[in-house]
Amino acid sequence: MTTLWFMLVALMLTAYVVLDGFDLGAGIIHTLIAKNEAERRLVIRCIGPVWDGNEVWLLASGGALYFAFPILYASSFSGFYLPLIMVLWLLMLRGIGVELRSHVDDPLWRSFCDFVFSGSSLLLAIFFGAAIGNVVRGVPLNADGYFFEALWTNFRVGPNPGILDWYTILTGVVALAALTTHGSLYVAAKTEGELNQRARRIGTISGWAILLLTVLSLFATVWVRPAVLDNFRNHVWGFIFPVIVATGLTGILYFNAKGREWAAFFSSTAYLVGMLAGAAFGLYPNLLSASTNPSFSLNITNSASGDYGLKIGLIWWSIGILMAIAYFVYLYRLFAGKATLDELDGY
Amino acid sequence: MESALVVDRLQFAFTVTYHYLFPQLTMGLAPLIVIFKILAIWKKDERLNQAARFWAKIFAINFLIGVITGIPMEFQFGTNWAKFSRYSGGVIATALAMEGVFAFFLESSFLGLFLFGEKKLGQKLHLLAAFMVFAGSWISGFFIIVTDAWMQHPVGYSIAADGSAHLQSFWSLLFNEWALWQYLHNMCGALITGSFVVAAVGAFYVLSRRQEEYGRVFLKLGITAAVIASLVQLFPTGDRQGKLVTDYQPTTLAAMEGLFVTSSGAPIVLVGQPNVDEQKLDNPIMVPRVLSVLTYRHWEATVKGLNDFPRDTWPDNIPLLYYCYHIMVGLGTIFILIMAASAFFLYRKTLFNKRWMLWILMLSFPFPYIANTAGWITAEVGRQPWLVYGLLRTEHGFSPMVSSGNGLFTLLGFMGMYMVLGMMFLFLIWREISHGPEFLAARNDQNLESAEAKAKEQQQ
Repeated sequence: MTTLWFMLVALMLTAYVVLDGFDLGAGIIHTLIAKNEAERRLVIRCIGPVWDGNEVWLLASGGALYFAFPILYASSFSGFYLPLIMVLWLLMLRGIGVELRSHVDDPLWRSFCDFVFSGSSLLLAIFFGAAIGNVVRGVPLNADGYFFEALWTNFRVGPNPGILDWYTILTGVVALAALTTHGSLYVAAKTEGELNQRARRIGTISGWAILLLTVLSLFATVWVRPAVLDNFRNHVWGFIFPVIVATGLTGILYFNAKGREWAAFFSSTAYLVGMLAGAAFGLYPNLLSASTNPSFSLNITNSASGDYGLKIGLIWWSIGILMAIAYFVYLYRLFAGKATLDELDGY
Repeated sequence: MESALVVDRLQFAFTVTYHYLFPQLTMGLAPLIVIFKILAIWKKDERLNQAARFWAKIFAINFLIGVITGIPMEFQFGTNWAKFSRYSGGVIATALAMEGVFAFFLESSFLGLFLFGEKKLGQKLHLLAAFMVFAGSWISGFFIIVTDAWMQHPVGYSIAADGSAHLQSFWSLLFNEWALWQYLHNMCGALITGSFVVAAVGAFYVLSRRQEEYGRVFLKLGITAAVIASLVQLFPTGDRQGKLVTDYQPTTLAAMEGLFVTSSGAPIVLVGQPNVDEQKLDNPIMVPRVLSVLTYRHWEATVKGLNDFPRDTWPDNIPLLYYCYHIMVGLGTIFILIMAASAFFLYRKTLFNKRWMLWILMLSFPFPYIANTAGWITAEVGRQPWLVYGLLRTEHGFSPMVSSGNGLFTLLGFMGMYMVLGMMFLFLIWREISHGPEFLAARNDQNLESAEAKAKEQQQ
């Protein structure tokens, strides 16, 4: 039961990264590729009707995490206090940037919103990457299962690490490159003409960057936390994840060069799924490892909710998620195809 | 550590109070927009559709601020109240996670369709989208109330070996008696805010003699909804909520009413200032025996005063609780008077000439916000000193490792951020109201014309 919930929460988080990932990516490249008002409106139009729904996957994952593993939720949210609250502020700013831009027809207001949208998207990508880095590296949990991390200490991955050290900065940069690629490929698939060209060019550059960074981060991860290899040694089928990552990377570069935009975007989706699933596979059954004493680590057994609640949760969760998927399919189909500027509707 | 508790409480109180200024309008306005839409389709009246579009614009801004100030609420359980999360996550996280999958997805998906899909969807599907947004916001409210109701009146749980609460009965959690009445009372409160705002904007247009046609439409629907909601707010929902407090939180009842000493035939206090040090009310104006009737339906019934409860179970801020409760009830009574009078004039078809009544309606819109806020403070301060009533005290619930310095840093950050949000909100809402529905209609026509012109050009 707890293993199942581990997979479901991981699945929801992955859905968040894949879906909101392209919103963030579009935000990162927004001011780089869109040179005039029409182009900027078009970029926002690409994500306008869907970004809010995509962000909900983060909230729903948070809720599911709290529900299934309340002890982990309590430890990690209070331990990552400062970066988490900053992520909240950035999410607020991103929402303002996207949503309020169209309400005032004034160039200064719109430049301000563009800046807020881009800046917050960029920082969010780095924060999310650093968060994954922290989970993989481990945190200084005490015997009660709590910890508190400063934003930075000495930038080393020692026994008293900060949120930011060289390893988590590296994973932050990986996330930045990955989401930039993901967003560029999405914008390319949703647009035509010059905007499409520029987005694809950025996709190519950042595509090569993630190839390099992925290899680098792989070595770094094995060096920082050799234990991630244990599950791969014991269950050889786990190597499917690195294979997915490699296939995704190849696909990004190949299809983007060929101009097959959706194939390139789905390759980048595969890359993200492979990376996240691989990390989850390597961590299992631990949820949050202690850098202090391995016996303090939080795992799926010692931080799970009661059995009755989890069982009944499976029923309502399945119903709810099926409904959510239905809404998403409908929404995406309705706004399928290249984004166009349409004077009658907003944005 | 003592001061970390204070900072954590302040931060939650600030963020949740600020947050709830927006959802109450979201939940109150959503059903009214649906009604505008239904009337528009039924009567085939484009003006009503325009009214729906105008309110959708305001709804969108309000919804956005509600969403972005709402995200921190879910996270703060973990960040600032880690021990509480550990203790109660096995129960309340069911409600919070259900809110995520059942309400948030629904709301966010259909909001996009509702705001940007009118042309693509056609009128009937557009109405459906509006209805789904309404349903989503009301379902969301339900799960939050279920969470709060469990903290007020815990049911359907068992205490596990590690001392934390685990869910024992899913249905008792969802259909907690407290949750049902609190939900109805709360949603009525939201409807009051929504309908007062619609009526106030209508009064503004009629008084300023511009877009009067729309003003009258807003007044009619606003007043009709407000008079019903204000009455239901008092009876049965308010009355039943009071009865639950009487039965399950007698200490809170005594503090709310300023009843320091147990008495039979207890009076109700209309005005007075609680003096906790001397355990009496200063300058009281009271009506004898009424409290006994309201609580136990009997003139001579004995109502327990604070002196019958151990001091360490008294709410820790009795004056605040007492004032908020009295502000809520006092305003609720005034709402009934205002709206009953307006409805009477509306029925007699003299309202639009009674400028003094329109002035009252226009200026009254802030008061439902105050009443709703005061009501929530009554509920939450009244729950003290407990976080989960009778089970977990507030001082045992906060995050052990988050220092007061870090807490204060984020509290100040939230204050700054929310000040900017508030200014933007007022600015944008003011713009929409000063443009009004006619402006939107004109812009739409212009666009239609230019689109037709373009199409013609292309044909040639």
